Amino acid sequence: MSDYILEAKGITKEFPGVKALDDVTFKVKKGEIKGLVGENGAGKSTLMNVLSGVWPAGSYSGNFYVEGKECKFKTIRDSEVEGIAIIHQELALIPLLSIAENIFLGHIQGKNNIMDWNLTYKNAIPYMRRVGLADEDPGTPVNQIGVGKQQLVEIAKALSKNCKILILDEPTAALNEQESKNLLDLLKSLQADGITCIIISHKLNEICYVCNSITVLRDGKTVADFEDAKTVTEDELIKNMVGRELTNRYPKKTNVPQDEVYFEIKDWCVHHPEFPDKLVIDHANIKLRKGEVVGLAGLMGAGRTELCMSVFGKSYGCHITGEVFKEGKKIDCSTPSKAIDNGIAYLSEDRKQYGLILTNTISMNISLANLKRLAKNGVLDLDREVRETGESAKQFGVKCSSIFQNVGDLSGGNMQKVVVSKWMYNAPDVLMLDEPTRGIDVGAKYDIYCIINEMAAAGKAVLVVSSELPELLGLCDRLYIVNEGKINGEMDVKDATQENVMKLLI
Amino acid sequence: MTKGNKVGKILKQYSMVIILVVIAVLFQVMTGGLMFTNTNLTNIILQNSYVVILVCGMLPVILTGNVDLSVGSVLAFIGAIAAILQVKFKWGFLPTTIVSLAVGIAIGAWNGFWISVYDIPPFIVTLSGELAFRGLTQVVLDGASIGPFQDSFRAIASSYIADLFGADPFVLTMILAVIACAVFVFVQIKDRANKIKNEIPVKPIAGTIALCVVICAVILWLSIEMASYRGYPTVLLIMLVLCVLYSFICKKTIFGRSLYAVGGNRKAAALSGIKDRKTMFLAYTNNGLMASVAALVYAARLNAATPKAGVNFELDAIAACYVGGASVSGGAGSIALALIGCFVIAILNNGMSMMGISADWQQTVKGIVILASVALDLVPKRKRK
Repeated sequence: MSDYILEAKGITKEFPGVKALDDVTFKVKKGEIKGLVGENGAGKSTLMNVLSGVWPAGSYSGNFYVEGKECKFKTIRDSEVEGIAIIHQELALIPLLSIAENIFLGHIQGKNNIMDWNLTYKNAIPYMRRVGLADEDPGTPVNQIGVGKQQLVEIAKALSKNCKILILDEPTAALNEQESKNLLDLLKSLQADGITCIIISHKLNEICYVCNSITVLRDGKTVADFEDAKTVTEDELIKNMVGRELTNRYPKKTNVPQDEVYFEIKDWCVHHPEFPDKLVIDHANIKLRKGEVVGLAGLMGAGRTELCMSVFGKSYGCHITGEVFKEGKKIDCSTPSKAIDNGIAYLSEDRKQYGLILTNTISMNISLANLKRLAKNGVLDLDREVRETGESAKQFGVKCSSIFQNVGDLSGGNMQKVVVSKWMYNAPDVLMLDEPTRGIDVGAKYDIYCIINEMAAAGKAVLVVSSELPELLGLCDRLYIVNEGKINGEMDVKDATQENVMKLLI
Repeated sequence: MTKGNKVGKILKQYSMVIILVVIAVLFQVMTGGLMFTNTNLTNIILQNSYVVILVCGMLPVILTGNVDLSVGSVLAFIGAIAAILQVKFKWGFLPTTIVSLAVGIAIGAWNGFWISVYDIPPFIVTLSGELAFRGLTQVVLDGASIGPFQDSFRAIASSYIADLFGADPFVLTMILAVIACAVFVFVQIKDRANKIKNEIPVKPIAGTIALCVVICAVILWLSIEMASYRGYPTVLLIMLVLCVLYSFICKKTIFGRSLYAVGGNRKAAALSGIKDRKTMFLAYTNNGLMASVAALVYAARLNAATPKAGVNFELDAIAACYVGGASVSGGAGSIALALIGCFVIAILNNGMSMMGISADWQQTVKGIVILASVALDLVPKRKRK
């Protein structure tokens, strides 16, 4: 069986109470790009962690072979020796170190563990060229380049270790469409050099675009193997992932937007917090109506998040000018708590960093933005908290053993539902949802879409930011298109197509 | 869940309590039963009263993920001010106390101002405070000790509740002990009833009964011991009131919740409308207040203000919190557990002194025990990953 570079048979891995992998068979041909898809919690990451030695031999059962040789990795280093490199969703770069240092992290360029800076820079350049970072200075700290380029540094790092199999876990989750395409094309060119890739992704269009073959996992089992990715449709993949037919990826809309403007952002200008001369948002005007879902489309860095965060209690930027109106009255949103008091909610794109307190319980997280509701003279009614947050968690379908579980132990989709529960617990009038479905699986996405529709049907004004155009087109009534801090266009979703929105985006 | 699993879980949950009991029993045996005599028990409480009070201020700060290094020096400075007011200006008990507490609040607010308004790292602000207030103490005391205090002031640390009321120590102490037990049982029952009413899952009733029996037995036993001497010291009452108050604040108020939220994830807390700066400011201001309360108790006990008072007290308070399971990165910990941490260290100190171990060895052992107890607490939890 020499045409398989990687062959895993009967892999079973159990965690206390859960069978994460159940007799999984997974084969990758030499030189192909393999797609691995499945809902959150299907076992994709666990499988990759077994293959890359994060879970040491003995902690799982079953065998796997790299180029016909049986592997029993004890550490990640063992897997690197065999040429397996894994790039996790959360990048493993040291922000303050330079590109070159990051590329050679773990295998210092020099003699006797003494670093040779010239050698480091010199050796970094070929790898940087290979991944399309030729324009960057190898001495630039990685926190000064964008996420897309950081991803490329990770790939350069893997290449510098002479990897034969490159595993990427959700590589495009934080990238915009252009960056994603660049990355996928890079993978194709690496393939031409004989490197085998395994990609885990929720973005099925990307999987179909780049992969030669696709494996679908569901509930820890291999449910489908498509030898030829060209013949597979996205709907077929989804069907296999969720185990049921998703006839419609977007729920039917029931809301009827009212006519008069309910919430308005006028002449909004924001400057960059570190470079006050730079205008990040340039005289933006946005109008929302009750019962309306409005999309904010834009490339990453166009100013979508910056706009929302600056409106929500000046949480981003400096020298902010402009006015916010609700029901025709000017309102004060100068701090998050004032914004909240005015009925505004902002759901951050980064739930782990800005949305949740991972060391606290689900219950505490849900009540956090509305402690006033539970308090009399500053003293909390804890029983009421448990009762109400429990109801809220149930209402929004948070899957958990109890609401006293720490949020940090939940899966991404469930975490997002906790954040949604938290803001809905506030009973806001205006919701700004920043990437509400980032990094969560198809089933959970559908749940979130339903919640957004319910919000609109309940007469709330909803603003949705998303990098995925089909999502905005399927979900919204109206779209604003942001480009370089300016509102570049506004259109009814009936008139919008991917093509004409894209034109305004770039 | 298997039975072994369950036992392991309980062991993990109460690991600090178990360590406390083991250390206590160990010293009781090694000192030939001298540890838990009525005089020594009273002594342990008097000796450690100031650490317990400092913990009430330090824990909220630690919950935010920071520390306050200045409290030892602040304690010395406020002790000096109290001494000057009492000895040089002949001020009475009440004005001295009020001014001292006000100065404590002001110093705490000074720390809090730089931390919350200008975002200067708390470590640096309070390190500066540690040096500056130690220096100021020496300046105002002119390098010498000042004392003695008036009798009314000394009573803070040296009086007993029974004496204050002129009652029989044994009878009054036992009445208070029974009341304390009754209050504890009542609170437990009410809490349980409340939870059931609100359809919140509760642990088996046997657990509640066992807890009540154990706690009441401990209260009664300690009380009988103390009652056979001079009854409860007044300081014990101050300690208890503060511990109950701060436990309540941390657990049941918006401010307390804000401490956990800011320590757990400050950005997320701020974006949820928690006033993070105000929370930081209040945590440090409160710590200044607690430092001044501790200063009064300590000065009254010593009956003098000295330039070297309170050296390393901040480390005792911080160690007690960490031994009691508070998280160094913030967001986790409780007053009750910090109190247990406090008594682990207290019994260690006292037990070694009674065994005649020299001060240098005491310090060495204490250092190792702090590491060992935290490791015992954390290592089993880490292994899961």
